[in-house]
Amino acid sequence: MATNNKTVLDSRVPSGSLEEKWENHKFSMNLVNPNNKRKFDVIVVGTGLAGASAAASLGELGYKVKAFTFHDSPRRAHSIAAQGGINAAKNYKNDGDSVYRLFYDTIKGGDYRSREANVHRLAEVSTNIIDQATAQGVPFAREYGGLLDNRSFGGAQVSRTFYARGQTGQQLLLGAYSAMMRQVAAGNVELHTRAELLDVVTKDGQACGIVTRDLLSGEVIAHSAHAVVLATGGYGNVYFLSTNAMMSNVTAAWRAHRRGAFFANPCYTQIHPTCIPASDDFQSKLTLMSESLRNDGRIWVPEAFDDSRPANEIPENERDYYLETRYPAFGNLVPRDVASRNAKNVVDQGHGVGPLKNGVYLDFSAAVGRDGHDAISAKYGNLFDMYESITGENPYEVPMRIYPAIHYTMGGVWVDYNLMTTIPGLYAIGEANFSDHGANRLGASALMQGLADGYFVLPYTIGDGLADQLGEPAVSTDDPVFTNAVNAIEDETAKWLSINGTRSVDYFHRELGRLVWNHIGMSRNKEGLEKAVSEIGALKEEFYNDVRVLGSADTLNLSLEKAGRVSDFFELAELMAHDALKREESCGGHFREEHQTPEGEAQRDDDNFAHVAAWEWNGKEDLQTRHVEKLDFENVTPTQRSYK
Amino acid sequence: MSEVITVNLKIWRQESPEKSGYFEEYTQKITTEASFLEMIDLLNEDLNSQGLEPVAIESDCREGICGTCGVMINGQAHGPRKATTTCQLHMREFSDGDEIVIEPFRAISFPVIRDLVVDRSPFDQIIESGGYISVNTGAASDANLTPVPKEAADQAFDAAACIGCGACVAACPNSAAQLFTSAKLAHMASLPQGQPERWKRTEMMVGTMEEFFGSCTNHGECHEACPKEINLDFIAFMNRDYMKAKVKNRALSGQR
Repeated sequence: MATNNKTVLDSRVPSGSLEEKWENHKFSMNLVNPNNKRKFDVIVVGTGLAGASAAASLGELGYKVKAFTFHDSPRRAHSIAAQGGINAAKNYKNDGDSVYRLFYDTIKGGDYRSREANVHRLAEVSTNIIDQATAQGVPFAREYGGLLDNRSFGGAQVSRTFYARGQTGQQLLLGAYSAMMRQVAAGNVELHTRAELLDVVTKDGQACGIVTRDLLSGEVIAHSAHAVVLATGGYGNVYFLSTNAMMSNVTAAWRAHRRGAFFANPCYTQIHPTCIPASDDFQSKLTLMSESLRNDGRIWVPEAFDDSRPANEIPENERDYYLETRYPAFGNLVPRDVASRNAKNVVDQGHGVGPLKNGVYLDFSAAVGRDGHDAISAKYGNLFDMYESITGENPYEVPMRIYPAIHYTMGGVWVDYNLMTTIPGLYAIGEANFSDHGANRLGASALMQGLADGYFVLPYTIGDGLADQLGEPAVSTDDPVFTNAVNAIEDETAKWLSINGTRSVDYFHRELGRLVWNHIGMSRNKEGLEKAVSEIGALKEEFYNDVRVLGSADTLNLSLEKAGRVSDFFELAELMAHDALKREESCGGHFREEHQTPEGEAQRDDDNFAHVAAWEWNGKEDLQTRHVEKLDFENVTPTQRSYK
Repeated sequence: MSEVITVNLKIWRQESPEKSGYFEEYTQKITTEASFLEMIDLLNEDLNSQGLEPVAIESDCREGICGTCGVMINGQAHGPRKATTTCQLHMREFSDGDEIVIEPFRAISFPVIRDLVVDRSPFDQIIESGGYISVNTGAASDANLTPVPKEAADQAFDAAACIGCGACVAACPNSAAQLFTSAKLAHMASLPQGQPERWKRTEMMVGTMEEFFGSCTNHGECHEACPKEINLDFIAFMNRDYMKAKVKNRALSGQR
């Protein structure tokens, strides 16, 4: 794959000191006069935290917004499943938190692979998000005095996480959704449900609209606008088994990529260490159990290989509390990636537990003995109930079984400081972009980033790009750029129905996921990645020749929808392998076995890889070009992580 | 522990909103470890390989929070297990040889789109008619300027836990949407932030609800079917607020 190490990417980070950049930038950007905003059409695709908050805010400003979701209602977006909380540098706990500390923790947590200026801006606006959400009626947890409560989360040394029981994502999404529905009522936002983006349309290099398919009637429709915003989430479902929702996919981002938007750092994927292991071969998705469980649970496996005794029959001296032994200082609370890799190692060595020998124990017997059943129930009752309803096992009596699973993707569409992609007029926000988390995301930061982008960043920066287009009408949907795109999508749909092979879309998706998990999963090596490239390519060919999609294109057809999404996952998976191959270092969620410290920890190579890798599409037949955006660290000094 | 059982399925098939539907019978072998939806996944895999169109059924998060899934299972919305969405239901609730009748949620306002998929968009229209607190982005004051009694915040959360799945409507003999609507109203009316628009919101949302849905006759089936166990008291709360809103014009007389 061609490599272009000449920096071609202009991040457009403003000048000035770190603290002044965003203020200065807001002042120097072009503004659109309030009376002129209604002359601009803006398309927002996706109605999760990022999309709904952006559509609401743009509508309030007076832009003519069209919001699209492929769900039946905007409230179904997968943001709704986020459990833990949302970080903000409020320092309500008086424990030494600050914008700078949140910035620093995020840069360090990302293993020094994110842009300083973006991360600082994220920390700055984090406090506004809490104010905004509270004013919307989001029922955050409160103390008896009536003020907001905080907890520490994911190993942070300050309590900066705001939460609404274990359903913070749901409550924040309902807040953003209701704000957007208010704009729908006001006539500023036109809502399109059950409409899936299948192409991004450009004219003279500028984004001018999208093509969607109505999932009920099958009609392929062109929509034009002065700017297009993608808020379509991450690509974790390339692994088939993940904690993502069943319908989460990369299609919108990928189709934009094929139209010229560079795709950055696809190999940065995050594994969550505490998920319920798969119980059979036809498992459809994995369920996350909050990381907070590691505060009281002890992780262990039997010392013997292939030990089939029930947990309570394995004596204390035949158990391996491997995290406590290897990391005496942090024990069971080591960061996500370290906990995950260690679990994989012991399971790979043959110490796995459960019917499929694919998990490790998370044991609460010591905590129940120490604090009592009631104290543990007060802390984790709802999680224990959820575990029991899924597995049929009672975690008060038998240890939980857990195993890591894919949970979040840090990579995504490359954007500059204005959140604009390499296609002028096309923006990407939330998990869909690559911007703020570097190679690893901190807990409770996904909600923060989605809402920061949607409420407080994009509504400003989009005006800068629109101001130049004043007086120009949006490109007509009769223009050949639209009609050609519509025809191409109709042809693609017809193609899926005509293959008439022998295997279902899900079969290929599952097989693809297995390859990606085995070779581009928790730890990677050159041999495995090269194998991934060839095997994914071969499976892709089989998919194109042997998939069987039944039914017709003019009714609701769930297999047909999935065929297009899985096809895009195949292309993405190939790029992930190439990206992981080229990144000859370990950092955050990307662990290359060739690059580890003598203690087995991730070893970065800052001299050669302190950069973003952004890939350019060169057509279906050709390899993609790797571009580089150098990362400069002017305010923090990269250090090696250690948890011994 | 897991065992393999065989279940006899009677599933509603309907090609499109206009066509009439019918029950189709299938037999499926399945381990009791599997979830209900994974059992349908397997059935669909088999149908696909026989060249028969899979059963259309919706689900997304499969964690019981997004509200996408929901079918009638043996006449009960979301099936036999209390406080459980269809996606969280597991086959260990069933025994070898059981007959399982699977139908879409039934309500005039939830027309069938295909097989087990229905259109629940009237819920969005109820929200659109007033289910929000009007605050523009950027206009909020510091969050801790307005203390909220913990009990009020907790009650607001209890109401806001609604996932909008529509089981309440499907379970109601009148297809009423009182539980859904009252949950949203109670969420906002419990909080100081929700007070300025309280009466108008109640009138608007109840009005929109009545355009689409039947009337409440206090059966309580909605609460029984609700996967989040939303409290029936919220309906009383809504009725009281609605009456207060209608009795006098509160625009000039403050909020009480």
